[in-house]
Amino acid sequence: MKVSARAEEILESLWINTVEADENAVHLETLAISHDDQALEELLRLAFIEIHGERVRLRKEGRSEARMTVRRHRLAERLMMDILDIKDASANARACEFEHLLHHGVDTKICTLLNHPTTCPHGKPIPPGECCDQARQVGEVGVVALTELKAGEQGEIAYLAANDVSKMHKLMSMGVLPGNTLLLLRTYPTYIFKVGNSEFAVDEDLAREIFVRKA
Amino acid sequence: MSDLSKEKKIVLVGNPNVGKSVVFNTLTGAYTTVSNYPGTSVEVSRGHCDISGEKYLVLDTPGMYSLLPITEEERVGRRILLEEDPHVIVHVVDGRNLERMLPLTLQLIEAGLPVILLVNIMDEAERLGIEIDIRLLQDKLQIPVISAAMARKRGLSELRKAIESYQFRLATFAYAPDLEKDIQKVGSLMHGEYILNKRSLALLLLQRDQEIEDRIKRREADRYTEVEQAVNNIVFEWRVDLHLRINLERRRICKGLLDGVIHQSAGVPPVLSERISALSMNPWSGVPLLLLILYFGLYEFVGGFGAGTVVDFLEGSVFEEYLNPLVIGFCDQFIPWYWLNELIVGEYGLFTLGVRYAVAIILPIVGTFFVAFAVIEDSGYFPRLAMLVDRLFKKIGLNGRAVIPMVLGFGCDTMATVVTRTLETTRERIIATLLLALAIPCSAQMGVILGLLSGVPGALLVWVASMFLIFLLVGMLTAKIIPGEQPMFYMELPPMRLPQPRNVLIKTLTRMQWYFLEIFPLFMIASVLLWAGKLSGALNGLVSTLSPVMKLLGLPEQASAAFIFGFFRRDFGAAGLYDLQTNGLLNPTQLTVAAVTLTLFVPCVAQFLVMQKERGWRVSLMIFVFVTFLAFSSGWLLNRVLLASGLLL
Repeated sequence: MKVSARAEEILESLWINTVEADENAVHLETLAISHDDQALEELLRLAFIEIHGERVRLRKEGRSEARMTVRRHRLAERLMMDILDIKDASANARACEFEHLLHHGVDTKICTLLNHPTTCPHGKPIPPGECCDQARQVGEVGVVALTELKAGEQGEIAYLAANDVSKMHKLMSMGVLPGNTLLLLRTYPTYIFKVGNSEFAVDEDLAREIFVRKA
Repeated sequence: MSDLSKEKKIVLVGNPNVGKSVVFNTLTGAYTTVSNYPGTSVEVSRGHCDISGEKYLVLDTPGMYSLLPITEEERVGRRILLEEDPHVIVHVVDGRNLERMLPLTLQLIEAGLPVILLVNIMDEAERLGIEIDIRLLQDKLQIPVISAAMARKRGLSELRKAIESYQFRLATFAYAPDLEKDIQKVGSLMHGEYILNKRSLALLLLQRDQEIEDRIKRREADRYTEVEQAVNNIVFEWRVDLHLRINLERRRICKGLLDGVIHQSAGVPPVLSERISALSMNPWSGVPLLLLILYFGLYEFVGGFGAGTVVDFLEGSVFEEYLNPLVIGFCDQFIPWYWLNELIVGEYGLFTLGVRYAVAIILPIVGTFFVAFAVIEDSGYFPRLAMLVDRLFKKIGLNGRAVIPMVLGFGCDTMATVVTRTLETTRERIIATLLLALAIPCSAQMGVILGLLSGVPGALLVWVASMFLIFLLVGMLTAKIIPGEQPMFYMELPPMRLPQPRNVLIKTLTRMQWYFLEIFPLFMIASVLLWAGKLSGALNGLVSTLSPVMKLLGLPEQASAAFIFGFFRRDFGAAGLYDLQTNGLLNPTQLTVAAVTLTLFVPCVAQFLVMQKERGWRVSLMIFVFVTFLAFSSGWLLNRVLLASGLLL
């Protein structure tokens, strides 16, 4: 059953203000809602929350829904910033609108596309979903930036993320092309890798633009 | 002149580090002229070669990765291909990396250029167990392909034969049908005459090559709108990944061409050079290795052998004992006029100061430095040093690449200032120019200062520490002040190899030739200026103006002469201090303060002129004022610190 968008917002801030803040309950004022709010009624009916005087508490029954709401919001943030490249203040507002569309497995698809991120762009944790647990069990690494590899590890170049054409061109002329095998030799003081029989040194900024499927 | 223009041209192209300059040197012999390509600041070497009685002009282009240029060097390389109408283009590739380098061969062939493929460094490739079926590759590419190890002259006669009997044949390699259709569409809309094939031009247009666009616009005039519209349409349709697609297609074609050509068996990996390479890149062993190289290469070889043994011989024996008495005697006998006598053999005489200084003191020091530099350069160490210092250099607004001009600065700051051109952004160039002017002592100056300070325990340490500290502090400050993007670092690491003596020799000679032509006239001018200053009394005036400043630094008045000379030649100044010290006028603190101030003090005339030429009046004057101010204030501060701490008493 699907709760309303307004109720999702309430669940979300409840999660942030109680579970993540390690508090038992939160004041209605903090959530900026009044007693007679319709969404509040809705949540009460579902037995997701209970109200004691002026304070709201998230019930055990509501935890899972709240957790998933937060997850959808933070996945939406990641999508905005990493893929859609919307980095200004509007990113958060848009993520707020967008998160309500991430139902019926869309969140799983986006989570997989983003390679199961663990934190939002502000560093807050993204509660893992089923897809994340499954991927963890199989030991799937998906596609990672070169910076995530350890020295001595090898992988197939998946794609280049550089949005600057000349940067991209430079990488391609070094033989950094999707499909080629890359062996990482060093990570400090700079990244040294081998493609074919040639070795290259790139700094961290460039290494972050090279995405590799770990072998 | 008419003979010269009729000369057939051979143009060498290829990636950096494929032994292109070795091919150039083996083809042409030592008679090379290195000059800037007209209208640019990129150097191009020219030489001649004789094949069966016919004379050819050989041009060595800067390193090029693809026909679509990114850097100014690549742009110049391509302009040569576009404008020089070569008889043949020799594409030099590294046998170990054929797969990566063949796409450029493909682009050259597709442009309809007369290409010979020279697969070089085959000796090392064979050691790695790589075998290349040259005949099969030749059949597939339909151009002459030669297997070579030019450092051992293997393949030279085959190359000469191939050049002599070159016959142009047009070959085409097809891209995927959808891409091919678009290429042909754009190509068919162009009607002018071009050196490059329309097919190749179409590809460059699709990749938004500005220079090619301008050329075609000019040639096609009214018809260009149609071309432009077609290009825009196609670029939009492929908007997601056109560049990548073209590159992937080229790789696919090359894979096909190399199918059955390369055989890899288990070879002997070059254990020793790989181990040295790994050691040089690990900070724990790399820094000690760097110190060893500095000690033996710079301190022992340049400082000990060049500035010591060779200078002693040339200055002490050849000039002092033979040449000077001879010339002075001759002048005294035949030139009775005081001013002329003084001009030639006086205190600041053209011969006694200018020639003697240039030939007997500077040349050996700079010469030995250039030898050491070329050996290090050819061993492939610099890219490794660059990666080692990249993090540190990022803090001062530069990136690892800047290590090459910085190290060269220890030889000659003037030459290093010219080399800052190779840095990518204006911001990096300004920072590098400033640091060269301020904190990097040239070899001539360092030679004298090392000699001066070695007698006083601790002084050398204070000097080195001061220089290092100021280098970092000023670098970090300017990086904060000068706006601009953080530079990006990427570099190919060529395998470490033993330098070829012949190549080292040619490089050293070319650099010394440049140095002598640029610097020698300045020595003469400096001599004349000092002579005029002495005779007119202006020099004394200047010296007394500076005296109060000397007092502030706790130095004797006579030291001001050293600072004024220091502007003419960095090392003149240091030599001036040498005189003061031998006369017992400087105590250890004063000596150290004077040495630090003088090293920081404004660069020599030559460096200032080059700075002005490369960076313009505004920037160079600002650097001049800043450096002068900083030199004296650091000297003042150091004097206070040393006196207060009693460190060198």
